[in-house]
Amino acid sequence: MPRPLSPGLQASDRIFHGTATVIGMSVLAITGAIGAFLGYQSIPTLHHYGLSFFTQSNWQPELNKIGIAAVLVGTVEVALIAMVVSFPLAIMFALFITDYAPKRIKSWLVSAVDLMAAVPSIIYGLWGFFLLQPHAIDLARWLSQHFGWFPLFHVDTDANAAVWQQSRYTSSAFIAGLAVSMMAIPLACAVMRAVFDQAPLGEREAAMALGGTRFGVARIVVLPFARGGIIGGTMLSLGRALGETAAVLIIISPAYLIKIRILEAGTQTISALIAGNFGNATKSQLSALLTAGFVLFVITLVVNTAAALFVRRSRSGASTEI
Amino acid sequence: MTTLHSVENRPALPQPRRRSPRKLRLFTADDWFSVIGAVVSSLALVEIGYEHMLDGSGTLGFLVCWYVVFLVLYGGIISLTNPRHIVLERLVTSTLYVAAAVVIVALGSTVIYTFAKGWTALVHSNFFTHDMSAVAPTAPLNEGGILHAIVGTVIEVGIAVAVSLPLGVGTAVYMSEVGGRGARPVRTVVEAMTALPEILAGLFVYVTLIVGFGLPKSGLAASAAMAVTMVPIIARASEVALRVVPAGLREASNALGASHWKTVRTVVLPTARAGLATAAILAIARGIGETAVVLITSGASSFLTFNPTENPMNSLPLFIYTAYVTGEPTAIARAFGAASVLLAMVLVLFVTTRILARSKAVTR
Repeated sequence: MPRPLSPGLQASDRIFHGTATVIGMSVLAITGAIGAFLGYQSIPTLHHYGLSFFTQSNWQPELNKIGIAAVLVGTVEVALIAMVVSFPLAIMFALFITDYAPKRIKSWLVSAVDLMAAVPSIIYGLWGFFLLQPHAIDLARWLSQHFGWFPLFHVDTDANAAVWQQSRYTSSAFIAGLAVSMMAIPLACAVMRAVFDQAPLGEREAAMALGGTRFGVARIVVLPFARGGIIGGTMLSLGRALGETAAVLIIISPAYLIKIRILEAGTQTISALIAGNFGNATKSQLSALLTAGFVLFVITLVVNTAAALFVRRSRSGASTEI
Repeated sequence: MTTLHSVENRPALPQPRRRSPRKLRLFTADDWFSVIGAVVSSLALVEIGYEHMLDGSGTLGFLVCWYVVFLVLYGGIISLTNPRHIVLERLVTSTLYVAAAVVIVALGSTVIYTFAKGWTALVHSNFFTHDMSAVAPTAPLNEGGILHAIVGTVIEVGIAVAVSLPLGVGTAVYMSEVGGRGARPVRTVVEAMTALPEILAGLFVYVTLIVGFGLPKSGLAASAAMAVTMVPIIARASEVALRVVPAGLREASNALGASHWKTVRTVVLPTARAGLATAAILAIARGIGETAVVLITSGASSFLTFNPTENPMNSLPLFIYTAYVTGEPTAIARAFGAASVLLAMVLVLFVTTRILARSKAVTR
């Protein structure tokens, strides 16, 4: 009988493998337990309120009226505004870094993106409230003056009044979305830049040799190659924007109405709802908040998983880390 | 043969003068003038039109209009002398420069504005050496300070890192070095949990530890919630760092007869050191700035405490938020002072990461 080729594991390796497995499994157990816990806690609430939890827009626990219709709409609104602002800026900044910027400043621009991602969200909240808002309400008023016929930009006040009501335009989903976009830009931009950089050099040079302009190269080679990374990065930043708390909490004034008038004061998001109401919540109200949180978690989970799939399945995902 | 000979005997020709390669993209004086002309004329046009017709809708609107008019004028000017694809290229280039400027200005204004507004509080030395016990939010800035918040942040983040760093790196080692059947579900769950909004980590700890087990609101609860959000970040970033360790190094170590543990301990982890440090610092920077978590779990105290287990403990993000909510001008000045300190901490960590990344580039 031949000697077994594999001598088996040494004692030290057995301990090492055992420890690593225990750590991995305990992290799996802890993090999995959190997701399971959130899901489990939302059963009584969903049982009690049923479908009305998703259609009711008020959050008045004392009247037994609890629903996330309005906050869900608000969450999506703020995140979508952030996307509308951040997507073009992120993709243009990423393309600028890889294809247009002078070589000397390229590494500085990459650092700037990383720094932007590291700034705490509450600081963006202060920035949005104190520095951006006084300017943004002018833009909001201009939009409602000229495009007020469009329900999205309508504001329930006389936009043309000589002394206009500034407070009708402050603390809106629009301004919160602008602040949140500051957190979405670096996330999306970092992924896009990494993918743009991987566009095959041979194809770039071929396009240039055929007389392509820089934009021609970007349009024919870089952008099609990076499509997966662009979609993935955008969805990753969407996941972040949906869950953002501090900046939104600072800027918005809570309003539990399903409204699409994004320029008008008052909106509410799920994370701001939790932050504002957990303190004096009874046990059943906590369960309702947890359910709202679980809905948010499911949404961000779906968005992030979709982002990962897009990046992995596209041509650009071959060696991309996000 | 003859040709070679003749070449050698030929009198030396003057060397071509050109030292650097020919520039691929020429930007002639004509091009410069068309850019500058378009900028100036669009500014003048918007200045007149905007003030008189659009009733002055603020600085942002002005800049937007200026940019739109510039694009139209610039496109018009260069299309006089250039073919269409050049016009498109120029317009795209100018758009990209403007987009980059917008992002840089937004980031720069955030940093500069925070420090500028925080300056009134930062110049008082008591701001760094006192806490806010028995100091009203309306008290002048030469009373009270944020020492308790700084200490609280350091303790909370310190505990969170001490817990989550071994767990995160251990998980990464398990996923990329040990492997096995469990690696896939662990990776899936870790990736899923990076999607967990921080407020939910806070709410989870609030419901289980504080409501469920009756623990007081404390720094420890905040650390636990922070660790929940930090472990997936560290695990994911560390796994990336471990995966870029060249396989040849592992094979060389194995070929020399080292055990698996020895290989990981003396070859893989030291090689990935810079990447692991970056992962840790990323997680610390994230933890320092987490507002939602501390808002729910730690409770805002106004006094200095070093005990994370019993008392409420303040921290910088929480101090900023609670000071902001009062709406008092002096409290808001303090909030900006605390925001400057927070930002300075993040900047220091950020520069450290850069230096680590650079040393990695040198050694590799």
